[in-house]
Amino acid sequence: MALIDLANPTRFLNLANRGLPWLVGLTALLLAAGLYLAWFVAPDDYQQGATVKIMFIHVPAAWLAMFGWALMSVAALGTLVWRHPLADVAGKCAAPIGAAFAFLCLATGSLWGRPMWGTYWVWDARLTSVLVLFLMYLGVMALWRTVEDPARAGRAAAILTLVGAINLPIIKFSVDWWNTLHQPASVFRLGGPAIDRSILLPLIVMAVAFTILFLTLHLAAMRNEILRRRVRTLRLMQAGAGG
Amino acid sequence: MMALGPHAAFIVAAYLITAIVLAGLIAWVVIDHRAQARALADLDARGVRRRSETAQAKIA
Repeated sequence: MALIDLANPTRFLNLANRGLPWLVGLTALLLAAGLYLAWFVAPDDYQQGATVKIMFIHVPAAWLAMFGWALMSVAALGTLVWRHPLADVAGKCAAPIGAAFAFLCLATGSLWGRPMWGTYWVWDARLTSVLVLFLMYLGVMALWRTVEDPARAGRAAAILTLVGAINLPIIKFSVDWWNTLHQPASVFRLGGPAIDRSILLPLIVMAVAFTILFLTLHLAAMRNEILRRRVRTLRLMQAGAGG
Repeated sequence: MMALGPHAAFIVAAYLITAIVLAGLIAWVVIDHRAQARALADLDARGVRRRSETAQAKIA
């Protein structure tokens, strides 16, 4: 199926209705496998002990917080450049999910930092830039609620999203550019992962599980948004006919 | 269940917060879908339909 075929909301709804049950099942399977590996197979870290278990949720949450904004940036281009009818729907629906993962990244990182660093929070580049990402998510969500017309809200949110995308490389390279308590990249780096396979495998399974969960929630939220717009259009028609 | 060591509370809290937030996201999409489906069914019951659906109903 070509991308242009998905421009038809009815066709997209049919696809979502057919695909969602499979995605839900796949998410449940992967989450069960990931949690089993994380809790019953992966060994404790030789330095961090059992707190390494927090990594299996913290790192995927961090990746998906950034993935969410990257997805919104592509959707923003779809809104402003290609004028794809579902692009602003995709952008709007990714924001609360991305915000939730950014919050999880901050919360689990804080709970990991206290026993390992001796503090819940430091104002260093990595932590602060992720906090900025979380606040930007809230800003985009607020903007969507401020403007009633979805088309106008979509264009404004798309511009804000593209401006905010500058934060993504700052988050990624903050640990290289500035001194920070946060460790440097240990999975996606030149020379390969610096993590032992026994810990890397559960991390990858959990990351894939969280990613499929993100996509499932996103697809479901997009279906809801299309239905919401139908309800809005029908109510406007009804009001027009009645008035 | 394995021993979680001296920092068990932090580990459990991290997983608990994650479970609560993810359950909240799932509840949000499920409740929202029911609300939109109910609103559409209500409009349909009152005869308010999209033009394409009205045309299809006439053909049928």
